Amino acid sequence: MQKNQLTWMIGGPQGSGINASAEVFAKACSRAGLRVYANIEYHSNIMGKHSFYRVRVGDEDVRSYRDNTDILVALDHETLAGDGDHRRWATHFGHLHQLNEGGGVIYDSEIDFDPSQSGRPELRFYPVPFMEIIKKALEEVGKGEQARRYEVMKNTVGLGASLALCDYPFDLVGEVIRGQFKGKRSEVGELNVRAARLAFDHVRDNFDADGFPYTLKPGPEPKARILAKGYEIAAIAKLKAGCALQTYYPISPATDESVFLEKHQREYGLLVVQCEDEISSINMAVGASHMGVRASTATSGPGFALMVEGIGFASITEAPGPVLVLYQRGGPSTGLPTRQEQGDLLFALHPAQGDFPHIVTAPGDLRETYQDIFSAFNWAERYQLPVIVLSDKKLAAIYTTIDKLELKYDQIDRGALFTGSEWTSVDAKGPNDGHAANGNGHGNGELKEYLRYALTKDGISPRSRPGIQGGRFWSTTDEHDPDGHITEGVEMRVAMMRKRMGKLALVAKAIPQDQQFTLHGAADAELTIVAWGSTKGTVLDSIKVLEAEGKKINFLQCRLMRPFPAQAVGDILRNAKRVVCIEENYSGQLATHIAAETGFLIKDRINKFDGRPFSEDEMIAAIRGALAGKTEAVVTNVR
Amino acid sequence: MSVSAPVKLTIKDYKSELHNDWCPGCGDFGILTGIQMALAQLQLDPDKVAMFSGIGCSGKTPHYINAYGFHTLHGRVLPVATGGRLANTALTVIALGGDGDGYGIGAGYFVNTGRRNLDFTYLVHNNNVYGLTKGQASPTLSKGKRTKSMPEQAIQDGINPIAMAVAAGYTFIARAYALDPKHCAQIIARAIQHKGSALVDVLQTCPTYNDLYTKEWYEGADLPEKKSRLYKLEERGYDGKVQDPSDPEEIVAKKAAAVARSYEREPIPIGVYYEALLPTYEDEIYKRIPSLKDTPLVEMDTFHRDVTPLLEAMR
Repeated sequence: MQKNQLTWMIGGPQGSGINASAEVFAKACSRAGLRVYANIEYHSNIMGKHSFYRVRVGDEDVRSYRDNTDILVALDHETLAGDGDHRRWATHFGHLHQLNEGGGVIYDSEIDFDPSQSGRPELRFYPVPFMEIIKKALEEVGKGEQARRYEVMKNTVGLGASLALCDYPFDLVGEVIRGQFKGKRSEVGELNVRAARLAFDHVRDNFDADGFPYTLKPGPEPKARILAKGYEIAAIAKLKAGCALQTYYPISPATDESVFLEKHQREYGLLVVQCEDEISSINMAVGASHMGVRASTATSGPGFALMVEGIGFASITEAPGPVLVLYQRGGPSTGLPTRQEQGDLLFALHPAQGDFPHIVTAPGDLRETYQDIFSAFNWAERYQLPVIVLSDKKLAAIYTTIDKLELKYDQIDRGALFTGSEWTSVDAKGPNDGHAANGNGHGNGELKEYLRYALTKDGISPRSRPGIQGGRFWSTTDEHDPDGHITEGVEMRVAMMRKRMGKLALVAKAIPQDQQFTLHGAADAELTIVAWGSTKGTVLDSIKVLEAEGKKINFLQCRLMRPFPAQAVGDILRNAKRVVCIEENYSGQLATHIAAETGFLIKDRINKFDGRPFSEDEMIAAIRGALAGKTEAVVTNVR
Repeated sequence: MSVSAPVKLTIKDYKSELHNDWCPGCGDFGILTGIQMALAQLQLDPDKVAMFSGIGCSGKTPHYINAYGFHTLHGRVLPVATGGRLANTALTVIALGGDGDGYGIGAGYFVNTGRRNLDFTYLVHNNNVYGLTKGQASPTLSKGKRTKSMPEQAIQDGINPIAMAVAAGYTFIARAYALDPKHCAQIIARAIQHKGSALVDVLQTCPTYNDLYTKEWYEGADLPEKKSRLYKLEERGYDGKVQDPSDPEEIVAKKAAAVARSYEREPIPIGVYYEALLPTYEDEIYKRIPSLKDTPLVEMDTFHRDVTPLLEAMR
């Protein structure tokens, strides 16, 4: 039986509105009960360079993209043929080679393009007069002469035409378009619906669309799913967790999260501050954390490179935060600003000088992102340390259906607090290094006053905040004594290092196992795949396909990176028949981390570092290769 | 500003019991006393004051003050203090650091913090050298000068912090002299009381490394008439205060006057160069989130916000 699924792609120059069309289509599918996985590839450029958006939809869960598409909507020549004709070193070769057999290509008939010379003459080509259709739509409201001003509606024309091909109900899409243009702009919305409809009719009337092999029906029944982007879920998690201050400096692909929060800051009473640089962002968030609010920031690799001193600062001063979402992108340096890479794991694990505790976690999908960011604020406050949540360009930008967004662990935990109503009951006895003999009465085992860095049994000193009567304290980035005054004394140094570093063991015990790692699939597999972060969905989709062929593969998804569940992960790997680590970076950073933490060296590593995420097809090929003992680097099929 | 405590507070109430490790005769002592005198003068509850400092000799200042104290990073004190201030607008926030900290490594934050006009005070201990690293030239040392600690003359020129503060947007700009703690205290108290970003550049001696700008030099001991190399602006009829903040012409005129004075050398003006009551960053925040006016961020219940409307919009 033919599955009800489809991959639809639109390509065009940046600024041509491909996002709008793709997202309208995605929404029209989601609302009708289909599952959606949509992802965009774009250049670090405002206008003109090639971008494309692909939307994979179907009845079954989709968690990755496919190499090939069934329908391509081309807004320009480059989408068809690539940029080899005007660049010395071609960036890409157009998308015709990515069409499934018999697939359809809708393109602007004004484009100088000859299908017979395209190299894929067997495809179905549908030249559509985009501007004529826009003009016609405008004529209906007496604005026919303004067509050039409405050229941006070409994207809608392309969308409308494609719906006729795959036989998708037009009204579902029309409704979404109307929803995007509310209030004063509703007139523009109607205009867009009209243009899309004319394009839809044009294809019906002028081509034999009935024979098109790739059709799509609405789902069996509409489901109340949400269709969300990764950065939106990250932002919503922060709102839910009680984040009071978000700081940021603009950087792709992290900015969207902060802008989303800023858009909603009035209704939620959350302050968003755009800083002068990332050093300011992190330090502002550290200052606010010490002052007692839940603070966070979001950045990408180049910004994180500036923030690192703030991580050390937060950690040695035992700040109850901040939470930092690090959206990885292609590195090093400026690298590939808008492209995918899992290249910052080792950097996030060792971001600054000295040994200090912090938490690093790497959720694998949007639901895990929601939970981990929410939990991160609790961890930061309970253990008084900074928390890094590793995300990436793919997780930030995917637009995908989520059945239900809920928190399994939904308690707010602010950790041990000095309330001011009574003296803390902690035992403040600590080594006297001579320097602390300042007459405050501590060092003799009897607590006479509040000590911010009291040496407690578990290493966690109840925290105060400025403004609390009697909770006064000092804090310094120098090594310090329980008062928070500078010390260079040997005993105190050792005690404070042990106090701080010891917190990691508490974290390791407290974080639920299912937030640390997951072994997907049966224990007795012929191959164990190790991966982390946003490749989760791709690995799961691929395994599903290979399982149907009778292959027995399981998948160890590493999520909590620091403290690392070394014992459990090591046990799984040592018992595995064969292990391969698959990552979207050059060197295999997780494999390196695992070797350091567990002593288990994964030699078979499959890496992809071309700035594009694994497609399902590439992942399947890579796993097949691994099964056959081949572990070559993967270069994207989609160029 | 916080509420005064019922009992009359004296300078002693603002002194911590920590042993001080600055060099004998350090100008930092004068600034420390100036801060403590100002806090006593304003009767600020020590629990409602948050001090933030950078790194260097001056960075240790909060440890000697009985108030909440944060000794942060080199050059980053302003962002940290800004975050602190935004989180709790009920507190008095005072940031301080050296001239290298504020005008060198932290110059970007110095400029951008001025743009915000956040209601807080920033004191810069300006002694022309990096003391804790043994006397290298700081960003305020002029070209061609060489202290005894420097192997070569300064190859680049010094910046003018007053003029820079004017350009950046600080709304209270003053200069004080560390060895005149009483005047210094008055200026600091005015800076704290000022609604908006206040910069006090405090000229300070470094008896260990700076043998050019010594106590004797400031006092003019080497001059034939032994006349001080400092003069107080207010004693010469200078008034840097903008009377009508809604008048852009007056603002520009007062800024121009402040900049002109800031280039005066021998004698160097101390006192208030410029003062204007303009909307603060907090005022702008209250326009966006009015509830923050009465309830500081730290007191707000921000937990488990109802995100259903955001999720519903994604259907």
